[in-house]
Amino acid sequence: MSGAFRIGNAGRLTPARTARFTFDGKTYTGVEGDTLASALLANGVHLVGRSFKYHRPRGFLSAGAEEPNALVEISRDSARKTPNVRATVQELYDGLSAKSQNRWPSLSFDVGAVNDVASPFFSAGFYYKTFMWPKSAWKNLYEPNIRSAAGLGVAPDQPDPDHYSSRFAHCDVLVLGGGAAGLAAALAAAETGVRVIVADEQAEFGGALRFESGARIEDQDGWAWAQDVVARLKGMSNVRVLPRTTAFGYYAQNFVGMVERVSDHLADPGHDVPRERLWQVRAKRVVLATGAIERHMVFADNDRPGVMLASAARTYLNHYGVAVGRNVGVYTANDSAYAAAIDLKKAGVNVAAIVDLRDNPSGSLIDQARAAGIEIHDGRAVTRVGGKLRVSSMTVQPKNGGGERTIAIDALLMSAGWTPSVHLFSQSRGKVAFNDDKRFVPGTYAQDCVSVGACNGTDGLAASIDEAYAAGAKAAKEAGGKATKGNKPKVDADEIWSRGMLGSAPGAGPDTTVKAFVDFQNDVTAKDIRQAVREGMRSIEHVKRFTTNGMATDQGKTSNMHGLAIAADMLGKSIPEVGLTTFRAPYTPVTFGAIISHARGPLFDPTRRTPMHGWAEKHGAVFEDVGQWKRAWYFPQAGEDMHAAVNRECVAVRKTAGLFDASTLGKIEVVGPDAAKFMELLYTNPWEKLEVGRCRYGIMLREDGFIYDDGVVGRLAADRFHVTTTTGGAARVMNHMEDYLQTEFPHLNVWLTSISEQWAVIAVQGPKSRDIIAPLVEGIDMSDEAMPHMSVREGKICGVTTRLFRMSFTGDRGFEVNVPADYGQAVWEALWAEGRKHDAAAYGTEAMHVLRAEKGYIIVGQDTDGTVTPNDAGLDWAVGRKKTDFVGIRGLTRPDLVAKGRKQLVGLKTKDPKIVLEEGAQVVDNPNQPIPMKMIGHVTSSYWSENCGRSIALALVAGGRDRMGETLYVPMPDKVIEAEVTGMVFFDEKGERLNG
Amino acid sequence: MLLIRCPYCEEERPELEFRNAGEAHIARPTDIAAISDDDFEKFFFIRANPKGIIYERWRHVHGCARFFNAVRDTVSDKFVMTYKAGEPKPSKLPGVSK
Repeated sequence: MSGAFRIGNAGRLTPARTARFTFDGKTYTGVEGDTLASALLANGVHLVGRSFKYHRPRGFLSAGAEEPNALVEISRDSARKTPNVRATVQELYDGLSAKSQNRWPSLSFDVGAVNDVASPFFSAGFYYKTFMWPKSAWKNLYEPNIRSAAGLGVAPDQPDPDHYSSRFAHCDVLVLGGGAAGLAAALAAAETGVRVIVADEQAEFGGALRFESGARIEDQDGWAWAQDVVARLKGMSNVRVLPRTTAFGYYAQNFVGMVERVSDHLADPGHDVPRERLWQVRAKRVVLATGAIERHMVFADNDRPGVMLASAARTYLNHYGVAVGRNVGVYTANDSAYAAAIDLKKAGVNVAAIVDLRDNPSGSLIDQARAAGIEIHDGRAVTRVGGKLRVSSMTVQPKNGGGERTIAIDALLMSAGWTPSVHLFSQSRGKVAFNDDKRFVPGTYAQDCVSVGACNGTDGLAASIDEAYAAGAKAAKEAGGKATKGNKPKVDADEIWSRGMLGSAPGAGPDTTVKAFVDFQNDVTAKDIRQAVREGMRSIEHVKRFTTNGMATDQGKTSNMHGLAIAADMLGKSIPEVGLTTFRAPYTPVTFGAIISHARGPLFDPTRRTPMHGWAEKHGAVFEDVGQWKRAWYFPQAGEDMHAAVNRECVAVRKTAGLFDASTLGKIEVVGPDAAKFMELLYTNPWEKLEVGRCRYGIMLREDGFIYDDGVVGRLAADRFHVTTTTGGAARVMNHMEDYLQTEFPHLNVWLTSISEQWAVIAVQGPKSRDIIAPLVEGIDMSDEAMPHMSVREGKICGVTTRLFRMSFTGDRGFEVNVPADYGQAVWEALWAEGRKHDAAAYGTEAMHVLRAEKGYIIVGQDTDGTVTPNDAGLDWAVGRKKTDFVGIRGLTRPDLVAKGRKQLVGLKTKDPKIVLEEGAQVVDNPNQPIPMKMIGHVTSSYWSENCGRSIALALVAGGRDRMGETLYVPMPDKVIEAEVTGMVFFDEKGERLNG
Repeated sequence: MLLIRCPYCEEERPELEFRNAGEAHIARPTDIAAISDDDFEKFFFIRANPKGIIYERWRHVHGCARFFNAVRDTVSDKFVMTYKAGEPKPSKLPGVSK
């Protein structure tokens, strides 16, 4: 027998198919099809957790996704630990291991429960008011201690070994919720032939039919009908049926996010199936059939284990065959709890009494209860319950005061009525309306969706199915379906209950001593909400934040309406005047795993590698990340640190030659009869007169006059330019060019092609560069006369097509060999073999940076920051003075851009040549001024230059070019560094080495 | 995620394929070098930030790569219509009163 509280002839599970599991180390037996909650209840276990703030003992409130209390940790192994799992939705599997949370040393004896006794100190807003001073203590003292004492589960401390998947789907009609209404809507839509997806969060479809024993549809039990419909839907090729799938977010244009729990219910999922699957569904029409959630009654100690929703007790009985007690009490303000009492009574459970807050309730359910011999106390309230770890009695009193009576019970079923689940509707930006039944129901729709059944405030099975079937057919028709051929399901027997109460019942006061919980998960009581209003909160949004009502992981599914009603009562306003807080995604918690899916580790972001990456790896390169690129940073030899390697590489380039992988440069081909005109408009420089075969350093501005990008451009033909951009700027420069070509200069006949990935680029720089390249080149005369500095030739190298640039980013004679990417590594290896004959070195990006800084060549994005003009950077010579138009021409004459005192790029030489300034360090002209000092600039580039035998730096300094020779100061935490303002060129000032 | 109709591809595609490119119908003056500081300010810096209908540029960057114009309601986030670059600002909008 799987538990003493399992009732032989009740429920739908097969008792012989047992599953063993552990809770807090103790082994129990359940049945296949159980949830962890039903299996524990079958074994008489109600106490499963401790509350967030007061560490009060807690049991199961519900039998579904709205559960605020029964949160446990489920673990498969040391890495697979999931905290805060609702035991009411966790399906049982053989070997499941669960642990209670937020208790020490044990669940039944928890030291933290001292908070409950000390609770007068922990009222609403306690943290805001108490832990204010000193400010610094918050970070180091208050927050860490509060966080360890409060809170629920513990996050896993190892990487998640599970894998997750993600799918996009399109459909005509998406039905969210698979209860009676959802199934009727799905059936109606599916019969028209349109594409339908129907999803439900539970393992089995059926919704409230799970417990509604009175429902009969199409001459069969309601649950059996639901399974029958699901089987039919599964058999239709135009329908996708998704159980265990929660629609958690409703986004713009009928885009719905859903999570399917694929293997959390399996004893041995294996490695082939994902743990969860994220569905991103775009639907022409959405049918919301999300049902309603029962509310609890708000009275003293309503959180004791054993006190639960009436529908939950009924679900445990009618579906799982589990009695939640042997002698139960019922406390209600509506009819539905009567049905639970009658079912339990029929199953042999004693119902001690039904306490009904209403005067003289009437109707068939009340009559049936009376006929079954159940005692009914109407016009009365349960003012408190007895028992600590489990409820033991209820105290009943006439609601307007009078004599008390205490009745022994071992479980208390409560129902304050039903709240339509408008979460997804509200997320779709629909506006809710407060109807005559005091319920918020869908009012104004913002998207192509429709609500049906209980979530629309429709009471009763027959009315819900009528409405849903019609809505399903209509949605299908609007989505392009044919007229339906099917028939509406016929409801033979129904259960109808509506009404109920909102807010606190008589047992919720007085405020001094009583804890009547509104929000179980965040430990918010009726008193807290009243106190919030007394302390001046007027808007429900403020009340919510002050008390944290509805802000726990259950998002107030059971508490929001009660909290709102109590606040409205205190404020003397109507509920709609006080307003409803906004529902936000996710409906229930979603794992990070499901959202990121495969996009983690190396798949988080693409990694770009150059064609020569393998060679660099083999030769010991240390790589640095530059955007998505992996770039060789330096090539340390045995015993070298970075500093030594970079020094050696820098010296080798200037002494003999160096090879550098420049493939990451952005490259764009600008082609067409108007190519030169286009270049004139996009760059500051003149291009019309640039000879074919020559190159020019180009500067690109934004319209505001600031430097956007730069690079060397070669003219391959009258109508063809090979443009290079910075590595990081490749994509945005292409976008910038396309934008102007398509929208501002569409009259120009020009084609733009990104060729960054097509050409590998090998920079060969240094006095021996020509000697290294020349033996491998065919068809190009590389003499200084035939191929001067800043020229480009097309020919062959190693038998492969090349665009050979003579250009320099080091100040020494240099070439950049462009070859088709597939040949990049082969040509590199050939050049390397030649280079070795001349003692050339391979150098990385660090040496490249040092060498260009020695010559004062700027790097856009390092020495400029989006507020630097060509003049600021000392590049006025590159702006065509005779030009009448280019992008940025007007920006350059803005008053601020021509004003005196702008920051200008200059060199800085530290007085002590050994000191290397820090990049980003601030510059001041008087180190003795009081703090905060006036900062006149900052260091943009700074290196040790082995070639200069000293440190070098570039800096943006206000009025910098008028300060040549001045001493400026760089204050650091431990000292002030003196530096002299100089020109930007530190090495070979005359530029003789370009032809050296 | 929004669905956006590319007027060149003539179909609705997910927002992931597109990139917003700011307000539409701001033409670069043909005599830009000669315009006043005030006119340059209006052209380059001043942008509408309406609650309601906005005219804006989008680029089908991961598709046909074309820039086009769109009319969107900033309150509902709904696209009213899209049209090709260079076409005039529509005087009548489908489904929008006033």
